[in-house]
Amino acid sequence: MDVKVKILRYNPEVVDEAEWKTYSVTLQPTDRVLDALHKVKWEQDGTLTFRRSCAHGVCGSDAMRINGRNRLACKTLIKDLNPEKEITVEPIKGLPVLKDLVVDMEPFFDAYRSVMPFLVTSGHEPTRERIQSQADRDRFDDTTKCILCAACTTSCPVFWSDGQYFGPQAIVGAHRFIFDSRDEGTEQRLEILNDKEGVWRCRTTFNCTDACPRGIEVTKAIQEVKRALIFRRV
Amino acid sequence: MQVHQYDVIIVGAGGAGMRAALESSKRTRTAVLTKLYPTRSHTGAAQGGMCAALANVEEDNWEWHTFDTVKGGDFLVDQDAAEVMCREAVDAVLDLEKMGLPFNRTAEGKIDQRFFGGHTRNHGEAVVRRSCFAADRTGHMILQTLYQQCIKQNVEFFNEFYVLDLLMTDGKASGVVAYELATGELHVFSAKSVIFASGGFGKVFRTTSNAHTLTGDGMGIVWRKGLPLEDMEFFQFHPTGLAGLGVLLSEAARGEGGILRNKDNERFMERYAPTVKDLAPRDMVARAMANEVREGRGCGPDGAYVMLDLTHLEPAHIDAKLPDITEFARTYLGVEPYTEQIPVFPTAHYAMGGIPTNIKGEALADNDNVIPGLYAAGEVACVSVHGANRLGTNSLLDINVFGRRAGIAAAEYAATAAFEELPANPEAYVVELVEGLRNSTGEERIAAIRSDLQATMDLNAQVYRTEGSLKQALVDIAALKLRFGKVGVQDKGKRFNTDLLEAVELGFLLDLAEVLVVSALERKESRGGHFREDYDKRDDVNFMRHTMAYREVDADGNETIRLDYKPVVQTRYKPMERKY
Repeated sequence: MDVKVKILRYNPEVVDEAEWKTYSVTLQPTDRVLDALHKVKWEQDGTLTFRRSCAHGVCGSDAMRINGRNRLACKTLIKDLNPEKEITVEPIKGLPVLKDLVVDMEPFFDAYRSVMPFLVTSGHEPTRERIQSQADRDRFDDTTKCILCAACTTSCPVFWSDGQYFGPQAIVGAHRFIFDSRDEGTEQRLEILNDKEGVWRCRTTFNCTDACPRGIEVTKAIQEVKRALIFRRV
Repeated sequence: MQVHQYDVIIVGAGGAGMRAALESSKRTRTAVLTKLYPTRSHTGAAQGGMCAALANVEEDNWEWHTFDTVKGGDFLVDQDAAEVMCREAVDAVLDLEKMGLPFNRTAEGKIDQRFFGGHTRNHGEAVVRRSCFAADRTGHMILQTLYQQCIKQNVEFFNEFYVLDLLMTDGKASGVVAYELATGELHVFSAKSVIFASGGFGKVFRTTSNAHTLTGDGMGIVWRKGLPLEDMEFFQFHPTGLAGLGVLLSEAARGEGGILRNKDNERFMERYAPTVKDLAPRDMVARAMANEVREGRGCGPDGAYVMLDLTHLEPAHIDAKLPDITEFARTYLGVEPYTEQIPVFPTAHYAMGGIPTNIKGEALADNDNVIPGLYAAGEVACVSVHGANRLGTNSLLDINVFGRRAGIAAAEYAATAAFEELPANPEAYVVELVEGLRNSTGEERIAAIRSDLQATMDLNAQVYRTEGSLKQALVDIAALKLRFGKVGVQDKGKRFNTDLLEAVELGFLLDLAEVLVVSALERKESRGGHFREDYDKRDDVNFMRHTMAYREVDADGNETIRLDYKPVVQTRYKPMERKY
């Protein structure tokens, strides 16, 4: 089938402002949006620029705004997009656009790094593994699925309007450790999230949950962190 | 051009690179150069687990694991290296748990373990639960955990820096040259030690589980320096790729009870491996599947694939142990694994060969001598712990054990070595490579050449090979190299020029495909992942030896590939017929 793909192009080496360009490509209904982008780049215009790697939804490189919604290009099938109409593709919002669909990921990773996203323990290390029940392990299972694609953070209206807000992903990253029974860094981590740019900025719009390509219940995780802050226990 | 100096440079930020970085950076000044953000690395796509004889759920020991690794590799494994890996496996898993990796747990709260192909109790008696896992995203959890530890330890990363050349001074490694994707600027890094941990080159094939970015850059760089590549003919085809797509479905699906069936609904692996059946090593299962299809017992309209059957498993069990791969089946094929069988066919998965190293991770200049300051670990390297066929889970083990070893060795070497003086105009080769391509105006398109390369490799150098098919592949590759000389890069800019870098990557793919095929042509036997229909038996008299390939350039600039051979290290185990 012939599909029209409208892509927001921007190359500051050439133009001052982003502009929409429409490409016509022949695709199978089961092809992915990433296949459409590759067809444009490989057969029509080599200057089209985007990030991608694994192409099956686990590396988190190709989050973009497709028909107005944040998704992974490699996990979105053409047939699920009403392809009789134009498909629009633009960069995720709220991060500086560097070229075409490539945004500056540094502010996003800075937020993640700032919440101490690593196991904190004290005392002697055991000789064997730390014991953890499967129930305790299941407590934080959902947030271990995160692939740092930024689909959640860049779907958040608070993040769009306030670049200082940590954003949903950083809270997910903190949640993964706050609710891990082996971890002893909860107090410090909660203090970081208690900041005025922390969890309290969340307005519970659920955009993040809808955007997550891994199916993480992001808003629920944020609510659990808020509750932990109020009651000071997990 | 900018110039930097570090004691240790690590190229690549997957599992091996970051495991090396954790060791190296606590000992000495270290930088990690990676063409992707670290968490994009393909370690994250690994699913099923990491084997170690923890004996948490049943009797096991590392010697059995060593035996399985050697036998799984069809006795081409260097047994001293396999012994190191399997012995250190236990600590490697425990280290990851202490770093925070969320393994699945047993009823007692210990790390849970499950079955995996080729892993057996007491030298092949029966299958054994040896794979430590986190659902079916063990690689993801390893990659995330190592990155988190790197954050904790303030490891210095240069993200989206493509290393395109290795600098050598008097036969020693002295640095690398990198291309910064964001700006197009070149950076020269002077270093005492360089560790390559840049992964494999699965993109020489069309049907592959590998990421678009797995283009063999590290191997290609070393190759162009005239340094050897070992056992390049051994490429693993993973049995269960999603049919037509190649997306990986973990062997854990069979470890958890999944069954392969042909169009008669027959559990055909019973005929090929009566004892372990669907849990035979990957080379045997992949060949069995391809054979079912060739003999007319394939499924689908063209009989082009077989089925993976999970329908007898409880949906709750599938959700708990195999959530990601069942979602792949739903997303990409529209198949519901609770009730429907999943179409699967072998997919190019893993390079057993690579940069030859010893058990410290030191890269070899030939059979006997190391290259001072140069190290390699992970898929880019050939230790050789995988021999002719890697066992499932042993790659996640390899990156942790040998990533760690390379990191320690590189830092220790840097502690006593001096910085070598860099060659004059160290960036010259990369400038010529990059600017030559950027200014190219030919009619040939990168994607068309790459696609034709992948087509000939899938057709002629896949699960079944013959002298005729391999010679055809060589003719095709030679023609593609000529076309590559007439390529035209369209993006002439500096900023995020991925068009240009795809051209550079294609150059590496063409080189490595040729090394693979030339090595395969000369191995006139069938062993592990290398199956020659015209020489369908293993030949220990003539070929119990590693292939060492070298690039040679004569006075007129003509390139040839010279093959040499290296003995296999045998300690405990004598070669025997490989039955399961």
